[in-house]
Amino acid sequence: MNWVLVPQQVINGLLNGGTLALIALGIVLIFKSSEVFNFAAGHMVMLGAFLTWMFAGGEGTGEELFKLPLWAAVIAASIVAIGIGFLIERLALRPMTGQPLLAIILMTLGLSQVMEGVTTVAYGVQPKGNFPAPFSPSDAFNIPVPPVNGASIVFLDRLQIGHARLATFVVAIIAAVLFILFFQYTKTGLAMRATSENHELAQSMGIKVSRVFGWSWAIAGIVATLGGVLLATLSGVSVSLSTVALVAFPAILLGGLESFPGAIVGGLLVGLAQEIVRASTVVEVRNASDIAPYILLLIILVLRPEGLFGQRRIERI
Amino acid sequence: MLKVNNIEVVYSDVILVLRGVSLEVPDGQMVSLLGANGAGKSTTLKAISGLLRTQEGEVTRGSIEFDGQRIDNLTPDEIVRLGIVQVIEGRPLFQHLTVEENLRTGALFRSASSKEIAQDIERVYHFFPRLRDFRTRTSGYLSGGEQQMIVIGRALMAKPKLMLLDEPSLGLAPMLVQDIFGIIKQINEESGVSILLVEQNANIALKTAGYAYVMESGRIVLDGSSAQLSQNADIKEFYLGLTSVGERKSYRDVKHYKRRKRWIG
Ligand SMILES: Nc1ncnc2c1ncn2[C@@H]1O[C@H](COP(=O)(O)OP(=O)(O)OP(=O)(O)O)[C@@H](O)[C@H]1O
Ligand SMILES: [Mg+2]
Repeated sequence: MNWVLVPQQVINGLLNGGTLALIALGIVLIFKSSEVFNFAAGHMVMLGAFLTWMFAGGEGTGEELFKLPLWAAVIAASIVAIGIGFLIERLALRPMTGQPLLAIILMTLGLSQVMEGVTTVAYGVQPKGNFPAPFSPSDAFNIPVPPVNGASIVFLDRLQIGHARLATFVVAIIAAVLFILFFQYTKTGLAMRATSENHELAQSMGIKVSRVFGWSWAIAGIVATLGGVLLATLSGVSVSLSTVALVAFPAILLGGLESFPGAIVGGLLVGLAQEIVRASTVVEVRNASDIAPYILLLIILVLRPEGLFGQRRIERI
Repeated sequence: MLKVNNIEVVYSDVILVLRGVSLEVPDGQMVSLLGANGAGKSTTLKAISGLLRTQEGEVTRGSIEFDGQRIDNLTPDEIVRLGIVQVIEGRPLFQHLTVEENLRTGALFRSASSKEIAQDIERVYHFFPRLRDFRTRTSGYLSGGEQQMIVIGRALMAKPKLMLLDEPSLGLAPMLVQDIFGIIKQINEESGVSILLVEQNANIALKTAGYAYVMESGRIVLDGSSAQLSQNADIKEFYLGLTSVGERKSYRDVKHYKRRKRWIG
């Protein structure tokens, strides 16, 4: 273990975890409202990043139809994502109503392949390194750390907090808070919470359940787009952005599958686990940092099978 | 005015449950629907509210009209918008929501201002003062009686013209049943909401509602004013648990009961 690096990696891990938390929220939303586990979540993230890149007039699109500032490009991409969300509900999922849940979940896997195909056809397979991020990943705040006298551990002399990383974290956390406020305090949010508990009962209250599902997919689309933009800020745009899902899934399970606070804490923990393992020199396994979240997940699920924030079943006896 | 004309209901395309049910609920009236377990009472209510569809059920014959409009081919949310709201059997709540959030779900489909909603919530607290004290509690932990108050209150939030109540007395202590039925009557009289009440407890249903229908095996076998039915010998014996000499019936009569029941059907 390279102890010197640990404090630095803790900071990086938490900051990365913010984006993971946001992406995890989108998956939890769909699971809560319709019990569908969205395996296309990673591809929605990727698609959102590509759309934003296109609206911002990223070079290499050939024609450069748009040349919007980044914020406007994000809004434009979100609007498209809303449309795609409603379309997915209407064309792919509603016809599946009444089919076994597993079939519907496999449908989302199919959707992910469609999105990947469409994206490669539309934008090509080359990664785009020219995402119009407001901060360069190399700019950083340097925080000097006074050496700890007499301590056996040699400490870093300074911590680095990347401008871009910090910005993605702040945006992710603000978005997550807005998301939770929306869910807690708006009529649509209440309709979603009600529907997530009992579809038939929601229907008997005049709630259009399929409309609620549509909204969940639309909002998940916005969240995924934002997540994609944040990831692309650090790493550029490419089809491989979709693999973020593989680390978002354990974050959700950690958090308890149905809990928003759980998704946020899970995201942060997974980010942390990844970076700390990256600092370690003991674990010389390739991709150890991608496996770490799953090991953490195993440990936590053994201790708490319902996850950290799993919803308690209300039972009156 | 609700009119159910000779409907037949089939579940999963093969299970025939209602075999020609007709009934009427005039505006502002309270009508009860009695019958033994499995007679098809809940099915009748679901046919009216459209919730049948969510359970693979279908009205295959006859028609249902509300205020002169056919509603048997509408979806549940369209039917709620016409002013019919069903309080489902077993008083299901959104358990993880608070009491007041549960009440609000009843008004979600309306485009009402938050001021109107606040007034409507006050109206619910007027009928059920006890709920006010529990407004921020998680509803799933409340007692059966309190939960019954929430589901009726939640239905009121829809500002219905017609409320379909499925066994509100289920599993409640006799005193509480009296209270709840008192409030149901009050809702009917003060707010002019028509009520179609399904009950096993024929005693209290006949006391509260003005008119009653009796169902057996998917058919209406008797109907009349509650006063008339209370005097009917069969009703006395089978639903009020009294023999012709006015005594509680004993288990020895069970066989007789079965025979008579078939005869009524
Ligand atoms: N979804 C369904 N699929 C198949 N059969 C059903 C379904 N729902 C109800 N039934 C059957 O229809 C018949 C009538 O049921 P219903 O629930 O209407 O009775 P009920 O009069 O409300 O009885 P209870 O007083 O016990 O509530 C029963 O035999 C029941 O088994
Ligand atoms: Mg019933």
